[in-house]
Amino acid sequence: MSLELPLPHDLLAPPQLMRTEPLLTMRSISRRFGDVEALRDVDVTVYPGEVLGIVGESGSGKSTLLRMMNLEDTPDSGEYSLRLPGREDTNLFALDRYQRRMLCARHIGIVYQNPHLGLLMNHSSSGNVAERLLIAGERSFDVLRARAREALDASEFPLSRMDARPAELSGGMQQRVQLAKAIALEPALLLLDEPTTGLDVSVQALVLDTLKRLQRDRRITMVLVSHDLGVIRTMADRVMVMRRGRVVEQGLADQVFQDPQHAYTQQLVHAKL
Amino acid sequence: MSLAALTRPWAATSYGFLDASAKREIRRKMIKAIAVPGCQMPYASREVPMARGWGTGGLQVTLTLVNPRSVVKVIDQGADDGVNAASIRRFVSRVSGAAETWDTLAATIVQSRHRVPEEVMREDQVLVLQVPNPEPLRGVEPNISIARQMHADADYGKLWLTLYEQIVRKGRIMQGAAYPSLVNGRHVMTPSPIPRWDVPKLNMARHLTFLSAGREKRLFAVPPHTRVEPLVFSDRPYLVEDHADLVCRRSGISGYFMNELPQDDGTSAFEVSDSNLGIKAIRHAEGEAVEIGATWYRNGEMSQ
Repeated sequence: MSLELPLPHDLLAPPQLMRTEPLLTMRSISRRFGDVEALRDVDVTVYPGEVLGIVGESGSGKSTLLRMMNLEDTPDSGEYSLRLPGREDTNLFALDRYQRRMLCARHIGIVYQNPHLGLLMNHSSSGNVAERLLIAGERSFDVLRARAREALDASEFPLSRMDARPAELSGGMQQRVQLAKAIALEPALLLLDEPTTGLDVSVQALVLDTLKRLQRDRRITMVLVSHDLGVIRTMADRVMVMRRGRVVEQGLADQVFQDPQHAYTQQLVHAKL
Repeated sequence: MSLAALTRPWAATSYGFLDASAKREIRRKMIKAIAVPGCQMPYASREVPMARGWGTGGLQVTLTLVNPRSVVKVIDQGADDGVNAASIRRFVSRVSGAAETWDTLAATIVQSRHRVPEEVMREDQVLVLQVPNPEPLRGVEPNISIARQMHADADYGKLWLTLYEQIVRKGRIMQGAAYPSLVNGRHVMTPSPIPRWDVPKLNMARHLTFLSAGREKRLFAVPPHTRVEPLVFSDRPYLVEDHADLVCRRSGISGYFMNELPQDDGTSAFEVSDSNLGIKAIRHAEGEAVEIGATWYRNGEMSQ
């Protein structure tokens, strides 16, 4: 690293974020469920290491969009690509079942609002984390055990309870198991679907604190969906506001919250604050 | 001119209890099963004069394979003289004209419940195992449609997970019988309720093995010279039952799978589970000329 001052043309260049290639690109995603238009022409870009918050009321299409990012659903039209080695130009919606499953298991982690969706409730917590590693082909018991412990530790789960079944754990702990499972394989992308909704406020703060620390330590790229502006404000670098299947406003978090442009965003921000 | 004059006189066109079309259907499924080792093939599972769950799956495969030149051995938990084994053997012989035997070396078809014979089987022999539950994923995925998708995706993470949890909870793998095994590097099968002792016998075996579940209407196969690898962690070796040092109280042989017989004083006595091997050993000790074939296990160690 040289310590020279940046040249003038560097000063005029777009900021670092803009020059990096996006990790996630979704183009003109549309999806209808019968008469309901869940998503219409939605474009998303997420840059490596940033946290994108998606806000919107119930039924605005934010969860549908997240399900698509996790390849659980396909749109009627649109393209989706992730900058993964060897997969730069692949439209992920065109992959077959098997390839999708392997890609999801290795490169995408997800934390659901409802832990029943993300966890095997009748297996141990460490087993839930180990299953991810087993799918990826790890066959050494000692390594599985050590890596499960490591991931649970990183998500600040009390290790004395690592072999308890998630069904016996509290909501906050279940979310931590989901988080450990999601980060066990060091995914390129971490999806969070209302991760703290339904937790009481103090636990919510602790889980957010863990997420924040993970983001800082590991520079994980996250997409966070929530209807809670407070959560988005704490976590997100950039915010996308959705309403009735469309993106009505997006920008840096502070910018959107301080100076909302769209009438709906204004309403949202003022109602909250 | 009557119709009778135009047709050949009636004669039996089929033998072996099942009608020709039923045999044909099972034969087609057997060929499919051989083509995709370890993959479960659904079949019709006809009525046979025996209750479902008593070996009807194995019986149908045997009846399809059998011909008047066959020699049939039937074992139930290793024994040839059990009621079920004796009845099935007599039935097969009566409907097909096949010869009956207790001797593994003499048999061409061996139908079995729970055991693979101790003597090594040859290329010209077929082993038919009666399977109660053909689906290895049943314990982890009750929905059979999803289980089939998991087989298609080779998604066996949950099976591995149950083994992981057995080690976590008990310090060792507790799965005693029907140990999940990967066939030909692709499909995981549950090899009937055979003990862990018998699973290595199927690996790269010279004989053909059919596993058939009559109640569940599924059959699968392990063709000759096919890999059968029990699912094990790389740092936790596969262990068979601890029977290497047990001595049979009747024949005095040791190093084979034993039946444990609880005694009144709280101790246990052991008898060799493959009863015909025990009988041969006793006859041999009495000076009769009996041929005892090579066994898979020698002195309690897997020899191949």
